[in-house]
Amino acid sequence: MTDEPLLRVSALSKFYGSRIGCENVSFDLWPGEVLAVVGESGSGKTTLLNCLSTRLLPSSGTASYRMRDGQFRELYRMSEAERRFLMRTDWGFVHQNPADGLRMTVSAGANVGERLMAVGDRHYGKIRATAVDWLSRVEIDEDRIDDEPRAFSGGMRQRLQIARNLVTGPRLVFMDEPTGGLDVSVQARLLDLLRGLVTDLGLAAIVVTHDLAVARLLSQRMMVMKDGRVVESGLTDRVLDDPRAPYTQLLVSSILQV
Amino acid sequence: MATPLVVSDVAKSFTMHLRDGIKLPVVAGVSFSIRSGECAVLGGPSGAGKSSILKMLYGNYAVDAGQIIVQHEDGLIDLATASPRTVLAVRRLTIGYVSQFLRTVPRVSALDVVAEPLVERGEDREVARGKARALLAQLNLLEKLWALPPATFSGGEQQRVNIARGFITQHPILLLDEPTASLDASNRDVVIALIAAKKAAGVALLGIFHDHDVREAVADRVIDVTAFAAGKIAA
Repeated sequence: MTDEPLLRVSALSKFYGSRIGCENVSFDLWPGEVLAVVGESGSGKTTLLNCLSTRLLPSSGTASYRMRDGQFRELYRMSEAERRFLMRTDWGFVHQNPADGLRMTVSAGANVGERLMAVGDRHYGKIRATAVDWLSRVEIDEDRIDDEPRAFSGGMRQRLQIARNLVTGPRLVFMDEPTGGLDVSVQARLLDLLRGLVTDLGLAAIVVTHDLAVARLLSQRMMVMKDGRVVESGLTDRVLDDPRAPYTQLLVSSILQV
Repeated sequence: MATPLVVSDVAKSFTMHLRDGIKLPVVAGVSFSIRSGECAVLGGPSGAGKSSILKMLYGNYAVDAGQIIVQHEDGLIDLATASPRTVLAVRRLTIGYVSQFLRTVPRVSALDVVAEPLVERGEDREVARGKARALLAQLNLLEKLWALPPATFSGGEQQRVNIARGFITQHPILLLDEPTASLDASNRDVVIALIAAKKAAGVALLGIFHDHDVREAVADRVIDVTAFAAGKIAA
């Protein structure tokens, strides 16, 4: 276990004109940690995720990331090319809608292989073998490797998107409602898969979700957001079992019991 | 004897913001310590705050006031104010917890549920599974159930999975929240033997046992929780 965080976020704010996207968000994320960001739609959680993954630039605040050489780099001072390289190699981004993260008109194998080529792999046989391996890790049969994701079910597409993101061995993965829009049984399978992969690979992840059960299953730590601000944060089970902020109490008390 | 857990002047209340912010005091002035190799039992009627105390010691409930000093690795840590990351490290290495109910994860087998805490501490998965098998056998859980996710198990079966998961590691402190509530007599005796083995190994145990026979068999002393009733402390 290292003593330094992977990501340090300090006083991050994003305004859309006079409207608050997210305001004054600070936290550290360590390797192997999964942080859930929860809140209702409009709470600013997706804005925060997009700022952290540099898909959006914040209005103020800083975020520094510990590169593989151990040096911290200020994310918003990197060049566009450097950020893109980080995104392709050391980071992953799992979108709620797989169509946003996949190329729907190339084969499943190519979707996975493309990320490998982006980091410099050129040997076709090796790329294909790695793709097959990753498809099996996300429980997609080898004989589907040449099919386009258009022909896949929603759950399969999501698993393919995860394989595409993890094949380069990223250290940090952003996930935006990774189980949103899936049937409950498909969700359970995906959650179990994600949980296993995160543990086995020692990934750090930031997961945005409105589903507290998903947060409980995947994350160790949690931030609750409302109107762009973090209203409560702490250990996931502490926040859910002993919610302190009025808004968190409302969220927790609104969970339907099965 | 070492004293790996010292609780002093801990207080807990719940503020119900959805009920006009009424404040429900639970306990106050909670002070005790647990030595290695002893099993202390929290005594008192339902609602006295026994479970709340255990949950605070595990970092599952926030603490309003006071200190919970834990011997963790080579230092002392105050769990009442520790960061989430520190609490996680304490749970991984220092404090184990057997809750009343098993929280199941879809598709994970009973065997892996039990082996997981060892794997998290860096044990080889197959070695961990071997120890998990031995414990599940000792607790008389039918072997045909081991490969199944425990979600559909009976209450007693789930509880035995939960006990095995809690006892598989060598945490120096172990918290037990009614581990025998839904067990039959022979399995209760297995748990009593497991607790005795932990005591012999120098583990500090703190538990809640409503079952009189179990309490008689394992308790070195009883900590009366009614002495910590929040109403009793003059405001």
